[in-house]
Amino acid sequence: MTKLALWTRWRDRLIFAAQLAFTLLVAAFLIVPAALSMMAGATVNYFRGIRSGVTLDWIVQVWGLYADTIARSFLIAFAALAVTLIIGVPAAYALYVRGGRLARVVEEIITLPLAIPGLAIALALLLSYGGFSDFRRSWLFILTGHVIFTLPFMVRSVIAIFAATDVKTLDEGAASLGASPWRRFRDVIVPNARPGILAGSLMVVTLSLGEFNLTWMLHTPLTKTLPVGLADSYASMRLEVASAYTLVFFVMIIPLLIAMQMLAGWGAVQGSRR
Amino acid sequence: MRLNTFLTLCLVPLVAVVISFFVLPMARLVAVGTTGPTGVSAYAAILLEPRYRETLISTIVLSAVTTATTLAIATIAGLFLQRHRFPGRTVLVALLTFPLAFPGVVVGFMIILLAGRQGLIGDITLALFGDKQVWAYSMQGLFLGYLYFSIPRVILTIMAAVEKLDPSLEEAARALGAGPWAVMRDVVLPALIPAFVASGAIAFATAMGAFGTAFTLATDIDVLPMLIYTEFTLSANVAMAAALSVGLGLVAWAMLALARSLAGNTVAAAG
Amino acid sequence: MSPGAPDHGVSVRIDSCAKTFADGTRALDPLTLGIARGETVVLLGPSGCGKTTILRIIAGLEQPDRGGRVMFNDADVTHLPIERRNVGMVFQSYALFPNMNVADNIGYGLRIRGVAAAERRARVAELVALTGIEGLEHRRIDQLSGGQRQRVALARAVAVRPSVLLLDEPLTALDAALRERLRGELDRLLRMLGITTIYVTHDQAEAMALGDRVVVMRKGAIAQIGTPREVYFAPASRFVAEFIGAANIVEADCVAGALVLPGGKLPLANGAANGRAVAMIRPEAIAIAPREGASLAGQVDSVSFTGDRQRLSVSGAASRPLMVDVPNAIAVKAGDRVGLAIDPAAVRLLPGEAS
Repeated sequence: MTKLALWTRWRDRLIFAAQLAFTLLVAAFLIVPAALSMMAGATVNYFRGIRSGVTLDWIVQVWGLYADTIARSFLIAFAALAVTLIIGVPAAYALYVRGGRLARVVEEIITLPLAIPGLAIALALLLSYGGFSDFRRSWLFILTGHVIFTLPFMVRSVIAIFAATDVKTLDEGAASLGASPWRRFRDVIVPNARPGILAGSLMVVTLSLGEFNLTWMLHTPLTKTLPVGLADSYASMRLEVASAYTLVFFVMIIPLLIAMQMLAGWGAVQGSRR
Repeated sequence: MRLNTFLTLCLVPLVAVVISFFVLPMARLVAVGTTGPTGVSAYAAILLEPRYRETLISTIVLSAVTTATTLAIATIAGLFLQRHRFPGRTVLVALLTFPLAFPGVVVGFMIILLAGRQGLIGDITLALFGDKQVWAYSMQGLFLGYLYFSIPRVILTIMAAVEKLDPSLEEAARALGAGPWAVMRDVVLPALIPAFVASGAIAFATAMGAFGTAFTLATDIDVLPMLIYTEFTLSANVAMAAALSVGLGLVAWAMLALARSLAGNTVAAAG
Repeated sequence: MSPGAPDHGVSVRIDSCAKTFADGTRALDPLTLGIARGETVVLLGPSGCGKTTILRIIAGLEQPDRGGRVMFNDADVTHLPIERRNVGMVFQSYALFPNMNVADNIGYGLRIRGVAAAERRARVAELVALTGIEGLEHRRIDQLSGGQRQRVALARAVAVRPSVLLLDEPLTALDAALRERLRGELDRLLRMLGITTIYVTHDQAEAMALGDRVVVMRKGAIAQIGTPREVYFAPASRFVAEFIGAANIVEADCVAGALVLPGGKLPLANGAANGRAVAMIRPEAIAIAPREGASLAGQVDSVSFTGDRQRLSVSGAASRPLMVDVPNAIAVKAGDRVGLAIDPAAVRLLPGEAS
């Protein structure tokens, strides 16, 4: 092998190694604190590390303090899912079939909540509905914020699957066989949209569970969700308890993330708030 | 039932919900912004009032620096991951995209664990240099936090764009004698520009509106969302808070519209 | 140096180059091939036969399996990456850089080599004139038609005065009429440049028109090498015969120097041994003759008018219908009983094909 060829090969290997090291460093930056927090939630004393022993005490304590926030988060997430399914899937169908400028405008408007900071939306809701004290004090108030925020994900996901499977032609085929619009929707449209509905559902639930910016403004001491509880614990609880609480959150969220990745490959969660 | 009737029925619930709980409240927000002591000029206060202006500028600078750094990091890592297959790659990709679902509060907590008073980095520097470094509660900490939530999503977009690159363009450049750096400079990076703009705009808009992270880190340096929050909850300055949030919303929306319009173009405009 | 000056490039030799891909596909069996300086060799074959793989191995985009060598002028370049081999490559999709205009695309290789701007401009102008794309220098790539892009790709590859010109199905992306027109221009250009050229295609008409020699490939191995005429008139196997053009394949017993067929006898050229034989006859080598006195006869099943001639399907002469090409002037219709006149010299015996 010539000297030049040899040098080229070593140069390529060096570039590869450098890139790998860099990527590993970035991954470490992201993962190490997460791993630390998971560990901290399960060790007796964070500062003495694993030598101080492994315990579930912190998690038990978290459960005692915050079980209601966990339950409420799930409640809101699944309620948001139900609402976005009921209003989102038929609307996605209508928008896809109608097409045209109206559809574009409507899509634009429902996607706006992704662009506008959660703070602003929460403020808007507070100013408009804060006066209805019963509504204001219930978890439904938080639900409306979550629905507005997660709706575009459901709608876009379903429209995407419609486009990918050319649902319009299937619809026309069913119509030519005499099926009414409702029958077509039920027998042809929805079954063929299942992957999109599933992907959208996962996104809605995941985003709702993790939503903070909106929820922090909308919550009351009696309607706390898990992320709100997390913020509380970071401010007031000892590190181990906060970590155990974060660990619980991870355990809830990781299966959902895995399911989303398996379902959709890349590009699943876009546009979520910080 | 006729198709059009059915379609209208399909749309009505969504339209009703969105109008009641989004469009009207937002309109109300814009209106409330004008009800303060300074009236409509509250909207100009974001540029005129020194305190607000400083906050706006630091938020913009922070978001811009975060975006640029994230793009650089994500490009290097994204190109590498998309172009090479090696054992453990899938795990590495999963690790890099796992923080996507973290709310800002959790990100803040991560930064505290890394660089807070009892953070890992503090322990390491104490052991190595005898001086404990604590950055979590300063601008650097905030910057790290912003990086933390920006990197996963930008990496995904960049990797998707790298996958779509036409390999024959790079082969053609190599056939003409271009080495790896020249290929990167003349073919790969120009082809990725639409992806950079699109994901950069989204990262910028997200950073501008980020609240949870700053909230947890409780920095003394204000960013716009924190300012809005304190105006509303602590100062009860509702009109100002409303005006500021409308301003923030406009900036974020403009960035995303820009991203969409540029991502829609098929030809890179460089050269 | 003007583009027409005699710089014929290098001779290329591939020694025992095989290629198995990472997923286990065997694209190429060990192959040895020599290409002389200034020669144009066409690699012809159906998709999947390995022709593009060889091209990429010669270019340096793929490495042959261990034991394979690529030599340029007796220098072993096997381990040299493509950017060091000074080849000129035209890709099937042209691979023009969308972020540069036409002039910058053509001059890119020169820019990499550090050629000064003024000299670069001059050389680009030469090539623009050579390939007939004057006026397009400042256009962006997406503003060009398919034929224009093809010319830019060629100009770009030639600008650096490569040692070898490699073309990967450069005309496949164009429509039929354009393809034929550009084929002629390409032929003229390649002859004028005189550089060693390796051209990959699945179109046999292109192969015959452009190649000094044609290498017919099948399933990772060479089926035949020869000049276009050799390969057309004397195919080595049934596969080559049928790939290179329409072919009537007749399998029959040879008795006393003639094939015994259902419709009569087909005399063969001298020296044909008795026994089972497989013969190939091109449709244009069969003529229609009066039925009386013809040694071979049949019945016309169908007449297909293709514009420049008529293609008949004649049954009854051989065990399978024969394709016969007749000029438009001859009036013939389905159902006619006709005699067939075939020059024994035009009948090619395919060795080793008898079942």
